[in-house]
Amino acid sequence: MKMNGARMVCEALIAEGVKTVFGYPGGAIMNVYDEIYKQDGFEHILNRHEQASVHAADGYARVTGDVGVAMVTSGPGFTNAVTGLATAYMDSIPMVVISGQVPLSLIGTDGFQEIDAIGISRPCTKHNFLVRELSELPRIIKEAFHIAKTGRPGPVLVDIPKDITAEIGEFVYPDLVDIPSYKPTIKGNKRQIEKAVDAILKSKKPLLYVGGGVVLSNASDLVRKLADMGGIPAVETLMARGVMGAGNPLLQGMLGMHGNYSSNMAMSETDLVIALGSRFDDRVTGKLSEFAKYADIIHVDIDAANIGKLVDVDYPIVGDVYGVLERLIAGLEGRVNRDKYSDWREVLERYDNLHPQSFTDSENVIKPQWAIERIGELLGEEAIITSDVGQHQMWAAQHYPFDRPRQWINSGGLGTMGFGFPAALGAKKGAPEKTVINITGDGSILMNVQELVTASEYKIPVINVILNNNFLGMVRQWQTFFYEARYAETDLSYQPNFKLLAEACGGIGYDVATKAEFDEALKDAIAKDRVAFINVAVNRFENVLPMVPAGGALYNMILDDQQKEK
Amino acid sequence: MADKTRRVVSVLVENESSVLSRVSGLFAGRGYNIETLTVAPLPNTNRSRITIVTKGSQRVLEQITKQLHKLVPVYKVVEHEEMVEKEMVLVKFPIEENLADIQALCGAYNGGIVNVGTDIIIGMVADEPFRIKHFIEATQRYSPIEVVRGGVVAIER
Ligand SMILES: Cc1ncc(C[n+]2csc(CCOP(=O)(O)OP(=O)(O)O)c2C)c(N)n1
Ligand SMILES: [Mg+2]
Repeated sequence: MKMNGARMVCEALIAEGVKTVFGYPGGAIMNVYDEIYKQDGFEHILNRHEQASVHAADGYARVTGDVGVAMVTSGPGFTNAVTGLATAYMDSIPMVVISGQVPLSLIGTDGFQEIDAIGISRPCTKHNFLVRELSELPRIIKEAFHIAKTGRPGPVLVDIPKDITAEIGEFVYPDLVDIPSYKPTIKGNKRQIEKAVDAILKSKKPLLYVGGGVVLSNASDLVRKLADMGGIPAVETLMARGVMGAGNPLLQGMLGMHGNYSSNMAMSETDLVIALGSRFDDRVTGKLSEFAKYADIIHVDIDAANIGKLVDVDYPIVGDVYGVLERLIAGLEGRVNRDKYSDWREVLERYDNLHPQSFTDSENVIKPQWAIERIGELLGEEAIITSDVGQHQMWAAQHYPFDRPRQWINSGGLGTMGFGFPAALGAKKGAPEKTVINITGDGSILMNVQELVTASEYKIPVINVILNNNFLGMVRQWQTFFYEARYAETDLSYQPNFKLLAEACGGIGYDVATKAEFDEALKDAIAKDRVAFINVAVNRFENVLPMVPAGGALYNMILDDQQKEK
Repeated sequence: MADKTRRVVSVLVENESSVLSRVSGLFAGRGYNIETLTVAPLPNTNRSRITIVTKGSQRVLEQITKQLHKLVPVYKVVEHEEMVEKEMVLVKFPIEENLADIQALCGAYNGGIVNVGTDIIIGMVADEPFRIKHFIEATQRYSPIEVVRGGVVAIER
C-alpha cells in the first residue's frame, strides 16, 4: 500500500500493538502528528514537557513489560527527552522514542532546531537510528522494537528527517527481524549451570542477591521457588523490591547503602553469592574489597559485560535469568531441603532481631516512614508505587510492603528527580485498575509539576504524596553527616502552596499535618478519583538509616538511635 | 594497581555511517585508552574492519571486548594473540640530506624512497610498531620535516 512516511510510522506502531503514545509535537515531527490525528489505532497523550513524555512511556513499560513509546520533535524537543532516555537506559527499560529531525538536505547546516540527536543519544540508548531513506523506515521501526525488548532491554531512538515523513512510498511491514550482528545470548551455558548447582550444594551459607533483571525477565516466581525449595535466604536490590514478597520469611530486605542490618550482614558473611540479574552497583556493594569477602560468586546476567565488571566471578552464567533458573531449579530438585541451611537462617534471624528495620515514631509530627507504612496498610498489594529521588524514595523502598514485581517503579540507576509523577501517569495508563501513588518530595515534585495539567486533561487519577520536609532532604542528610551541617542550597522553606497548585491545574489538593488528616486525605483522594497532591508536613531532620557511608564496607552501618538502644 | 597490558583488537562492523563514532565514543565514555585506530572497508562486503591498539588491566581489556560486542552493528571482536602486526610511516626529508643514506635506512626497515621532488625526499616504511619507533629515532639525524604514522593493522596467524 502506498502512503507517506508519517502514516508508515503510525501503521508500524499499530502493527507493534502500541496502545498509548506519549509525546509533544513540533515542526520536524508535524507530518507524523497529522497522521496521528487521522488514525484511531492508538491513543496519544500530550504531556506538558518532553521529559515527562519519555518518563511516562518508561513507567508504562515498567508496569506492563511492553515497549513504551514516546514521540518528540527535533532540537529542543529531543534534548528535553534526553534525561528520559538516560533514565530508561540505566534501568534497562524497553522503550522506543521517535524524534523528528530537520530535512535531510538541512542536516549539517545548523538548520533551525537541528541537533545531532544520534550523537547526543548514543551513550544513553541501547541503539539509535537516523532514517536516511523512506524505504528503510518500516524495517528500522521493526528493528527498534526488537532491539528494545530483546537481550538486555533498553531505549532505542529513531530519528526521522521531516522530508522522509512527507515522502510517499510502498509500505510493507516486515514480519521478521534479522540483524546478523545482533544475537543476544539467552540460553546459559549448560556446564556452567551444572557447576553452579554443585556450588550451591556445597555451600553452607548461600545468599540470593536479587536484582532488577529478575523483574525484567519475569522470573520472580522462579526466584521464590528456588529460595523456597532450599530455604535459601535472599536480599533484594532497590530495583528488585517486590520480587520475593514482603511477608516472605526468607527475604532479609534490601541491601546496600540504605539496606537493613541483616541484609548487609548476610552479604558480608555469606559463602556463596547467587547473583541474579543484579550488577554490583556501587550503591549496593559499598567498599568492593570488603564486599562478600568470604564468598564465591555465581552471577547470572543476560549482559556478559556485567559479569566480572566489578568483582571476580567464580561461576559466570550469561543468559536470561528465567531460562537459567528453570535449569538451576531442575538441577537442584530433590537434592536440597529446607534443613540444610537452617543454621545460616538462624544467624540472620538473630541479626534481624538485633537491629530490625525500624524508626522512632512520634505522636506530634508525621514521620515519613509512618506515612509510607500507612499507605502500605491501607493499600498493600493493590497499589502501584512510583517515586522520585531522595530520602522519600529510600524510605519507600525500605518501608512499603511490596508484594509483587512491577509494583515498585523508581529511577534507580540514574536517580532522576522528576521521574515519579510522569512515570505514575504511564503506570496508570498501563494498569488502570490499580491505585497509583507517587511517593515524592517537595524538591522532586516541582521537576515535572506541569503534569498536573496532563493528568487532569486525560483524567489520569494518580495520587502524589509529597513527604514535605522543606528540604532537599537527601542532600541535607549528607550535609549533616559529612559537611558539618552546612546546609548549602538545600533549604526549601520557600514553598509553593501545593494544595492551590494542584487545584489551579484541575486536580485536588490536601494539606496534612496529623495522622488522622493523612488517613482522611488519602481515602478522600482515592474516592475522588482525580489527580491529587497530598502535601504532608513531615519531620524536617529525619535521616534515612541504616546508612553505609559512600565507599565504606557494608557491615559498617550508621544505625537508627532506637535500634542502637536495643 | 593492576598492570597494564597492550592489546590489539580487531572489530568487524556493519558499514553504517555512525559506527566509528559508536566505537570511539565507547572508548571515550568509559575511559578506555586508544593508542592507534585504523579503519577500512573489507572487500566485497558491506563490512569494515577497525583495528585498535589499546592498553589496560586485564579487567579493562575484558570489558573492552564485551562492551564492543554489545554494540548492535558489531559482528565480531578479535583479541589478537598470535598475529602479524604492521604499521606504516611516511617521513619527509629536506633535499639537502643524503639520498643514498636515507634509501639505505628505509631499506633496513622494509621500505624505501617513494618520492623525490625539487625540495624534498619522502621515505616510506611498513614494519612492526616497535621497529617503526626505532626507524623514527634513526631518521632524526637526517632532519625530518614531517612524520606521518598510519596506525596498526593486524592479522591473525
Ligand atoms: C535531576 C536531579 N537533580 C539533582 C539530584 C540530586 N539529588 C538527589 S536527592 C535530592 C534531594 C531531593 O529532595 P526531595 O525531592 O525534597 O526529596 P527528600 O530527599 O527531601 O525526600 C537531590 C537534589 C538528582 N538526583 N536529580
Ligand atoms: Mg524534601
